[in-house]
Amino acid sequence: MELQPPPLFSLGPAPLVRLAFFVSLAVLLMVLDARFRYAETLRNAMAVVAYPLQRAAMSPVDLFNGIAGFFASQSSLQRENDTLRSKVLQASRDTLTLEALQSENAQMRRLLEAREKMPGKTHFAEILYSGRDPFSRKVVIDKGSLQTISAGQPVMDETGVIGQVTRVFPMMAEVTLITDKEQATPVQVVRNGLRGVAYGDGATLDLRFMAANADIQNGDMLVTSGIDGIYPAGLPVARVARVERDAAYAFARIQCEPAAGASQHRQVLVLLQETSLTAPPEADAQPASKQSRAKRGAKRRE
Amino acid sequence: MRFEARPQRILLPVSGFFMTFTILCALLFNLLPWRDITGVPDLLALVLVFWGVRQPRKVSVGVAWGLGLIMDVSNGALLGQHALAYAILAFAANALSRRLLWFPQWPQALHVLLMLLGCQLIMLTVRMAAGSPFPGVLYFLGSFICAGLWPLTSMLLLAPQRRPESVDENRPI
Repeated sequence: MELQPPPLFSLGPAPLVRLAFFVSLAVLLMVLDARFRYAETLRNAMAVVAYPLQRAAMSPVDLFNGIAGFFASQSSLQRENDTLRSKVLQASRDTLTLEALQSENAQMRRLLEAREKMPGKTHFAEILYSGRDPFSRKVVIDKGSLQTISAGQPVMDETGVIGQVTRVFPMMAEVTLITDKEQATPVQVVRNGLRGVAYGDGATLDLRFMAANADIQNGDMLVTSGIDGIYPAGLPVARVARVERDAAYAFARIQCEPAAGASQHRQVLVLLQETSLTAPPEADAQPASKQSRAKRGAKRRE
Repeated sequence: MRFEARPQRILLPVSGFFMTFTILCALLFNLLPWRDITGVPDLLALVLVFWGVRQPRKVSVGVAWGLGLIMDVSNGALLGQHALAYAILAFAANALSRRLLWFPQWPQALHVLLMLLGCQLIMLTVRMAAGSPFPGVLYFLGSFICAGLWPLTSMLLLAPQRRPESVDENRPI
């Protein structure tokens, strides 16, 4: 203790001590984040700090887009205008059919006294940037909890589902793409109604646990099945690109190309509809039936 | 190899503003919207190594840890992954600071390459332990690009300290 250096040369704790402190802090954070999800408040606070930096990093790209838009040639604008006009015509025709179908559907639902689904509200958002993390497929959009975005909401563009909101900050939200390894999407084959779960596989999707003789062909369209209560039914998800059937395995290996171009567009829609999550029936029904069986047994014994 | 033959130049004291500015620039470069490109150089790690070697008292483990946390949050990565890797990187840079500057530029770049590869290896280990897939060999390309940029980086970042202290109008050269 008496060999303390004079305050002039005091450098704080030794480098190794400092390293040990920060390494253990980082390991603690990682465990909290990966196992218990306790670090979300810290992450939210850091996200607010990092937000201006991210906007600043986006500004050269925005500037470039603005300049490119300014110098867009008239012919390309004309061409785009023509395609857009034809698309509008087609869309209006589809809308008319859709309205007729909707009214018919509503009437039949009323006839069946089925619960009417709320018309789905959507929120327009723009992709700020895609994460630099090479281990996962995520994009960050410019709407957050201040704009009533919450975790779990599906995200789509005009061609299909691109993913699901997995983390929400005040002014932005993280969307895990359907091609992420940890993202599973319940799907259904349009042609024959076969249900399955598509898992992300980096750039493509993998339709797992389908029997080797399952009726799936190249080019089959997969849409959301809607039985999860999160995705509305019928949104395009992927198209089957390759089917490998090997007698050595019980399951077929089915690769699918995502339908939506998550890496091409910047504008996306977040579906704000209320998710009608009802608990799976087995969770409550089985113990109850067991109890009733036990009661019945007890009564018999009496 | 003879080290004493090279003349050493006495540098001006570093300006804290310039250091902050360069670190901020590297951070902004890292936050640019890199779409699905693998092998983008991690300039923030390079700048951290540079200042960790040149100014070990100012840029040390704590600063690197905080910057790593910002990277984690803005990338949506596992919280603490970059923080851990950068903290160890800064420690290595501080520990090598007395030795590294005796070498010429390219051997210095080799040292830097090893440090950056170690940093990426730590992140890879952490993520694979957390259950992520291997992102491919191209993931390590960024470190090689960064090491190739080392001579340029040290020239640019040292330029403000190489100015003459007082400009003498009457001096012949």
